[in-house]
Amino acid sequence: MSRKVHVQTQINRENVEFLCEPRQSMLEVLRNELDLTGAKEGCNNGNCGACTIIVEGRPVNSCCMLGVEAEGKEIQTIEGVATPEGLHPLQQKFLEHAALQCGICTPGFIMNAKVLLETNPNPTEEEVRFWLAGNLCRCTGYDKIIRAVLDTTETTGVSTNG
Amino acid sequence: MADGNGYKVVGTRPIRHDGVDKVTGRAKYGADLNFPDMLFGKILRSPHAHAKIVSIDVSRALAHPGVKDIVTSKDLPILSENILAEDKVFYKGHAIVGLAAVDVHTAEEALSLIDIEYEVLPAVTDVAKAIREDSVVLHQSLTTNTLGEKTGKPTNISSHVRHQNGDVEAGFAEADVVVERTFTTQTVHQGYIEPITATAKYNPDGELTVWTSTQGAFNVRQQVAGILDCPASKVRVVPLEIGGGFGGKTTVYVAPVAALLAMRTGQIVKVTMTRDEVFEGTGPAPATLIRLKMGATKDGRITAADTDLFYEGGAYPGSAVGAGANCMFAAYKIPNLMIDGFDVVVNKPSSHAYRAPGAPNSSFAAECVIDEICQKLDLDPLEFRMINGAKEGDRNPIGPRHGKIGYLETVEAAQTHDHYQVEVGNGKLRGRGVASGYWGNGAGRSSVNLTVNQDGTIMLLEGSTDIGGTRASIAMQAAEVLGIAAEDVRPAVVDTNSIGETGVTGGSRTTHATGLVAIRAAESVIEQMKEKLADHWEVNLNQVDFADGTFLNSDNQISFKEAARICSPVVGSVTESTTGAGGAFGTHVVDVEVDEDTGKVEVLRYTAVQDVGTAIHPSYAEGQIQGGAVQGIGWALSEEYVYDQKGQMVNASFLDYRMPTSYDTPMVDTVMVEVPNPGHPFGVRGVGEVPLVPPLAAIANAVSRAIGVRMTHLPMNPGSVLKALNKI
Amino acid sequence: MQAFDYVAAKSLSEAVNLLTKYRDQARILSGGTDLIVQVRENHRQVGMMVDIKGVPEVNTLSYNGSLEIGASVPCYKIYSNEAIKSNFPALVDATSIIGGVQIQSRASVGGNLCNASPAADSIPALIILGAQCVIDGPNGERSVAVEDFCDGPGQTALESNELLVKLVIPTPTPNASSFYLRFTPRNEMDIAVVGAGAAVELSADHQTFVSARIALGAVAPTPLFADDAGSLLAGKPVSDESIEEACEAAKDIATPISDMRGTATQRTHLVGVLTRRALNGAINRIKEGS
Repeated sequence: MSRKVHVQTQINRENVEFLCEPRQSMLEVLRNELDLTGAKEGCNNGNCGACTIIVEGRPVNSCCMLGVEAEGKEIQTIEGVATPEGLHPLQQKFLEHAALQCGICTPGFIMNAKVLLETNPNPTEEEVRFWLAGNLCRCTGYDKIIRAVLDTTETTGVSTNG
Repeated sequence: MADGNGYKVVGTRPIRHDGVDKVTGRAKYGADLNFPDMLFGKILRSPHAHAKIVSIDVSRALAHPGVKDIVTSKDLPILSENILAEDKVFYKGHAIVGLAAVDVHTAEEALSLIDIEYEVLPAVTDVAKAIREDSVVLHQSLTTNTLGEKTGKPTNISSHVRHQNGDVEAGFAEADVVVERTFTTQTVHQGYIEPITATAKYNPDGELTVWTSTQGAFNVRQQVAGILDCPASKVRVVPLEIGGGFGGKTTVYVAPVAALLAMRTGQIVKVTMTRDEVFEGTGPAPATLIRLKMGATKDGRITAADTDLFYEGGAYPGSAVGAGANCMFAAYKIPNLMIDGFDVVVNKPSSHAYRAPGAPNSSFAAECVIDEICQKLDLDPLEFRMINGAKEGDRNPIGPRHGKIGYLETVEAAQTHDHYQVEVGNGKLRGRGVASGYWGNGAGRSSVNLTVNQDGTIMLLEGSTDIGGTRASIAMQAAEVLGIAAEDVRPAVVDTNSIGETGVTGGSRTTHATGLVAIRAAESVIEQMKEKLADHWEVNLNQVDFADGTFLNSDNQISFKEAARICSPVVGSVTESTTGAGGAFGTHVVDVEVDEDTGKVEVLRYTAVQDVGTAIHPSYAEGQIQGGAVQGIGWALSEEYVYDQKGQMVNASFLDYRMPTSYDTPMVDTVMVEVPNPGHPFGVRGVGEVPLVPPLAAIANAVSRAIGVRMTHLPMNPGSVLKALNKI
Repeated sequence: MQAFDYVAAKSLSEAVNLLTKYRDQARILSGGTDLIVQVRENHRQVGMMVDIKGVPEVNTLSYNGSLEIGASVPCYKIYSNEAIKSNFPALVDATSIIGGVQIQSRASVGGNLCNASPAADSIPALIILGAQCVIDGPNGERSVAVEDFCDGPGQTALESNELLVKLVIPTPTPNASSFYLRFTPRNEMDIAVVGAGAAVELSADHQTFVSARIALGAVAPTPLFADDAGSLLAGKPVSDESIEEACEAAKDIATPISDMRGTATQRTHLVGVLTRRALNGAINRIKEGS
């Protein structure tokens, strides 16, 4: 065990501080230290996307990032996507399209798809499938997930900041 | 909206009740619990495929700072070899030692401080080798139970069953075309994204609490109580949300170890597998070797089928060869039949259920041979199925008569679908394949507790963990009976102390069995409310009616909500060992394109037809079909356990155990045929498992037709396709 | 995971000093998508993680006569860059298929190079584009041609007190373009079974090869510069025959092994297929003027 590091960061628009060992991944810190369990561990080696969070506006596998690397960064997790006003359009479309069955992959898909739509508000089916290839789903066969994302367009008011 | 079928709620698509929690990350899954002073458990697993354990020395690990306790099989009150190995290990990944430490990294460090001396033995990881006389034998005490008698000779073949009808020799003599092929499939995993996990707490008063993701909380209770030799009533299992199961989470792996460590340390202990542990330490679906010979007349009538099914049970007996035999020809009328099924142990993890266990393998063989017969006879494969297909009253060739079934309806729907009407396309190597499949579906015991609130909403307590939308489908069935909106039913999946015994969410039983019990509970509620209203209205009970969500007598008419205000609280509590499940069929159509330079198979178009009885929530029924079809794409084209010469799995990660991504699959069009099951008030048939039965053969038939070479070995990965094309 | 210390270096000299102090115990951390997993799975021992993401020199991305890519620049910045899309398309091809979008947010070409996997996607693209690796250490800066940078699987020309600072890629000539592709069993997320890149310069009428550079991945202990295969095209007509000749030469140069991702025979066959597709891809880009 090595000395813990004091990290100051911003998660879901709130200033957050935590202590962690350098060897603890961002995923571990979120789940074990901060009780933000929305990001899930599926593989711990960057191959399933269930741990996807948004770091400085980009989707990132939090299992492949150290907690100490969060210093000074802006981070968003699934817990920060809905607001007191309501669900994000992506979340609403996932529900309407039944784009989840067990739901374990859903937070990761929503985080990754959110950045896709902020980058490319009207993607084709192929662009959506390519972008989301880093997120594995075993329940849905992807069909309804792709439809939900395609149905969430700029016209439904997807927020483009954070 | 529901239309045509006369239902108000059944057949609609409400937002699922647990949906908001799941899209916001609020839902708690098995590994999401954190307690103060919680310990983290880890398990040391065998690095060898087959070995004697000579000695175990945990002293260095126990001395490591932060390690609280270490256990081996001798600490388990009841020996359970697959939970913690006794004196032999039978597969790489076989659990041997459990330990608990203050954090997960310390626990991992401690694993490397455990010293185990092994005597490594030769391993066998191939069923074709394991059945040979000269094979390494895993269990000296295992002899074959062959057709009811034990041979007494140590072997890897644990059992031999036979189904026989008519005279296959005569049947083949009658045939104009006979096809005989040998098929192999490799070990594949259910691939649930959430690893196995359990958290346990032991109270000094003797109550053990286990939080876990499971397909069956009562199963967990029974197994943990059995292994720890304590009364089941002292074990409370709290099922959290579950991240996929597909049959793989109907048994326990780490829960007994977590419980044992919790009992001994007095602290809460969480044990979660890593992904490679999931591959190597849990039960995958068996690899198989199948020889099949079938004959048919030139006008397309099947005359005989003769098959040997060899299924790998893994380290211990218990493959699903029986179910494989039962489902293989269920769709057809076959007068002369011989099925010999063999369960074989090999040095791999002990196999376990995976979505219609046994059936995908045997149907792969049957549906491919049928396709080859069709090619030889120049008959349309769907037309062939109309000729030979079973309907109500026909016998499954292994014996039982079908009740009301919808097989031919699925074939007709496939024939008339737009997909089957358009040309498969030209220019490159393209082919179209079709295949059918069957699963019997389950019933069994479920319990439901309904409480009517004053405002007319309903609390619905159930024991069926919700893997894919059953909270919604069960709530909808209760709502339909009560004449209220689905949103007015509040379903909750509760722990084993809070609800009557309930079977697993598996076997495609839940929408049928738990739905049936919810219907009965709702009917009980209505009867009780009628009684209370009879008092309230001062009329005889037989003058009070209920219809369409309204209670009425000759003078009064009130809605359910208004009645609730008068009558609540009303509680309807039912436990029943249900029967009446309806078997179901699917027929799939797949178009593929093969890159002849690389051997890569692209799935261009996929249509899955299935008889769902009645779709309670069509979106979630469709979802089951789509999910099963895509698992089938993975099984057919890219998934397999790869072993080295020493019998060790080399691809235990999502990088090299290749499950389809969103970029590998097309949309999956579903057609839900509805031939209602008379055994359920709304006609429900199980939907979850059928969809994995047809895809293997549908895709293999498509590839075979595309390249003009019969594919009989899975997976059809690019290397094997290049070989079939004679490019390498 | 083993315990290690971590420093976020703020300058190049601080990074070099840490490497000099800790030598084999230190490892440079950029995107971390390979390194963190390797340490977690006990394939690499690290005592000191030196995070260079805050060091300005490794984050530059500029095109001014030549292209300079800092060692820490993540893939997504590379494939979004207009100058790179226009002039160095093989780099876009490679960086957009490394591991998926989440990996590409963090993983860098410099890291992909220093990880030195024989199957790395960016390295054949760098080789065909003639990249130079600018290395810094306590004795100052030096430069190594990218085809000489990898010594073996996971091994590079870096001393343990040196780090890669940036890659410099010369401006392409007119009538030139490049193309990289790989073969994987799935359409994404896999390690290359075989990778192939080709950079081609044609005559003004697009009928003759002026020069060609071909590089292969996953068919040797390091990414391979198939020098002979590319150079035999110089002066030859743009035709299926010439291309086949280059493909056969590439197959002769490759020395693939059989492993769980593919057999040697399959890989050799794929070298021929992918070299043809890479060459044609580059040629089509030239003809389309892109």
